[in-house]
Amino acid sequence: MMQIKVNDVARSFDGDPNLPLLWYLRDVLGLTGTKFGCGMALCGACTVHQDGKAIRSCVTSVSAAAGKEITTIEAISKNGLHVVQQKWIEYNVPQCGYCQSGQIMQAISLLKEKPRPSDEDIDGGMSGNICRCGTYQRIRAAIKAAAGEQA
Amino acid sequence: MSDNILNVSRRGFLQGIVSTGALVLSVRMIPEVLWAAETSAGSHADRAVLRPSVFVGIDTDGTVYLVAHRSEMGTSSRTSVPLILADELDADWKRVKIEQAMGDPRYGSQDTDGSHSVRDGFTTMREAGATARLMLTQAAAQKWGVPVSECESDLHVIVHRPSKRKAGYGELASAAAKLPVPKKEDLQFKPKSAWRYIGKGTSSYDLVDLCTGKAGFGMDARLDGMVYASIEHPPVLGGKVKSYDEKAPLQVKGVKQTIPIKPFTPPHHFQPLGGVAVIADNSWAAFQGRKKLNVAWDNGANASYNSDQYKKELQDTARKPGKVVRNIGDVDTAFAKGGKVIAADYYVPLLAHATMEPPVALADYRDGKVTVWAPTQNPQAVQETVGEELGIPKENVTCHVTLLGGGFGRKSKPDYAAEAAILSKAVGKPVKVVWSREDDIKFGYYHAVAAMYMKALVDEKGKPTAWLQRSVFPPIGSTFALNTTYGDAGEMGLGWTDLPFDIPNHRAENGPAENHVRIGWFRSVANIYHAFAAQSFANELAHASGRDSVEYLLELIGPARIIDVKASAPDYDNYDGSPAEYPLDTARMRRVVELAAEKAGWGKRKMGKGSGMGIAVHRSFLTYVATVAEVEVDDKGEVKIPAVHTAVDAGTVVNPEATRAQFEGAAVFGTSIVRSGAITAKNGVIEQSNFHDYPVARMNEAPYKTSVYMVDSDAPPAGVGEPGVPPFAPAVCNAIFAATGKRIRELPLSKSSANT
Ligand code: FES
Ligand code: FES
Repeated sequence: MMQIKVNDVARSFDGDPNLPLLWYLRDVLGLTGTKFGCGMALCGACTVHQDGKAIRSCVTSVSAAAGKEITTIEAISKNGLHVVQQKWIEYNVPQCGYCQSGQIMQAISLLKEKPRPSDEDIDGGMSGNICRCGTYQRIRAAIKAAAGEQA
Repeated sequence: MSDNILNVSRRGFLQGIVSTGALVLSVRMIPEVLWAAETSAGSHADRAVLRPSVFVGIDTDGTVYLVAHRSEMGTSSRTSVPLILADELDADWKRVKIEQAMGDPRYGSQDTDGSHSVRDGFTTMREAGATARLMLTQAAAQKWGVPVSECESDLHVIVHRPSKRKAGYGELASAAAKLPVPKKEDLQFKPKSAWRYIGKGTSSYDLVDLCTGKAGFGMDARLDGMVYASIEHPPVLGGKVKSYDEKAPLQVKGVKQTIPIKPFTPPHHFQPLGGVAVIADNSWAAFQGRKKLNVAWDNGANASYNSDQYKKELQDTARKPGKVVRNIGDVDTAFAKGGKVIAADYYVPLLAHATMEPPVALADYRDGKVTVWAPTQNPQAVQETVGEELGIPKENVTCHVTLLGGGFGRKSKPDYAAEAAILSKAVGKPVKVVWSREDDIKFGYYHAVAAMYMKALVDEKGKPTAWLQRSVFPPIGSTFALNTTYGDAGEMGLGWTDLPFDIPNHRAENGPAENHVRIGWFRSVANIYHAFAAQSFANELAHASGRDSVEYLLELIGPARIIDVKASAPDYDNYDGSPAEYPLDTARMRRVVELAAEKAGWGKRKMGKGSGMGIAVHRSFLTYVATVAEVEVDDKGEVKIPAVHTAVDAGTVVNPEATRAQFEGAAVFGTSIVRSGAITAKNGVIEQSNFHDYPVARMNEAPYKTSVYMVDSDAPPAGVGEPGVPPFAPAVCNAIFAATGKRIRELPLSKSSANT
């Protein structure tokens, strides 16, 4: 039996310990805000926070996440929209939107590490997250705006 | 209203209550209850008090229900099409609820492709809006006992001008519903000056849900008691299962059973590919189970398909006379006279859509009827395909359209929805079929590989007096009919027979090619390779005579005029747009070239070493687009795109905000095509599998800034989802030539290597 905290709720799981966190969140818990895009840590659609830092949930097993605190897109705005989400809305970032949960989780994590990110920091922090619709320019603008706001 | 179907929706999906055994979570998975129309007996709009059309219903509380009959895949159709109706109705957008239509022929075509949702919807939506507005106005006039001509709408209320009396739409709905629906001839459309939303820019109806993880994609559809399926498809098109291990997959925890799926009967059309499905209680267990299937395949005839060899064949064919699809003057006689001849070959490989959300569908079959939830660009095609596969009438197939995590043409083909339906029937439970990224890359309906041969005779000023263009590609028709080797009029009309150059002797040809994989529509379709060849070659000619690229391009387009394409290409279909409404107008084409060049500072800026600008122009989906790309190429040949300037004349633009986003996105989509996109096959098996070997543009590779300039126009609306793609690759390659002197004739760069 593994213990894992997801969005502030303590849970126990006795299924396959190798089950990637992504599928535990999506298929077992029904937290479908976190997306599947590649299953190989290549696209970032599955990004969640583990103890406050962005990780790829598709390559993190439930057993590896045991004892950790996991936060998903569903809980990032529990006290009203996060400033990053606000800027995403203000800049009309999403097209299809499928990648955006992962982009937002990644951006929040980036801004924690680099509150005033340069273009290179943004490239470095965000280039693991693919947006096939091509919203990168707006993502960059929204991150800069969020950085301005939280400073 | 059938109880059965109502119960299905009550079982969790629509309310978003997910039960996982003893643990019951309340997760909202849909933006709101209206996200999918609830029953086949009707939509919320149908159940409203006033419902003058299938697209709109108005209730006594003033809520306006608008039906989005086209799919949302990121292009904003679900917002922009209902927005037209809301504007004409003079409705308050804040009191509008958008309801996604199920597949139903009463909405007309729901096929969301070809960049035509706004174009098709413009008149229909305005008629529906004007009808409702007139009925409300008449009801108000009746109520106050005044002439209708003294009443008018003003944002969700009707006003009696002389007395300033007002009545809200909700208040008037019941009385309006008793009036006869007015005739079309009696409708009056708002003048452009009175538009509230059209041309102003409106953000996506689903924006907040998309930023909070609440939006409901196909991947997110759930039903109580459902199981997950993953399918091992034949690695070669047309392959069949010889044998497989039924037992081994069951060793994987969570795997429940394996089910064979029969191979398709050629032509493949939208039929499932066949193979073996693994059913499990989560997606991942189903993926793992597949690894133990150990399928022996009978690969069939396509196992001899090798991309290297095939490329040579296409290129050979492109060097031979083909079928003439357009002819002006006499190219042969002109060439025979001799003079300066320039010729070049171009090549674009197979491409995969790689939508961020891979194909996925949920189906629930019971008692001869099936309900499907699918991210589909065409719910009516889902009904037809599923009906045929299950041997039931299509009326017994209910298709709910979820949001799409990208479409790009892949999700016009509902093979994955048919798989879910077949498996639900076999298992006796709701089944969600989940494609992995590997499945998506290996089993696509690919954008055709194409070889083009171009040849021109130029005079002393460098202007062509004869121009021959030939393209060869496996046609999309091969998906629908056996032995189809030539492109149809539609494909040839995508940037080939309609090249608007002013050349006295001009011939376009098409050579035959067999398909060995599934070929399908892909964002902007044949325009991609046709524009790449035509616009690169035009630029080669400019440089060959030492001319400025923009000036030369304008000279090629020639004076402002309307071109009657049919006169030289009788089969030309002009994207099904009437030549009267949507003429091929070189004045508009010239204007976008001039605008893009001006905004880019063409000829006015000094470009540093390794930097350059390139231009390309193309009309597709009835929209004129010119793109100037700036590139920087470093010593290692690495290409960066610091800026893109795109000028667009799409006629009347309903949603400028969404339009701008589409062109920004097209530049990134185009970057993937230029830099890295290539699908290849060996012994009939696709060699790529995921984003490591089929890379798509990432943030550090994408254009740093794409600026979009829209031409103000009163022309009828044209497409915006696709037209940004075709001119992008040639603009970048022309820029690379300006920067380095290296001509790119083959895509992607990673194969062509700008680095030499
Ligand atoms: S799904 Fe995890 S990185 Fe792509
Ligand atoms: S918005 Fe569609 S993939 Fe990013």
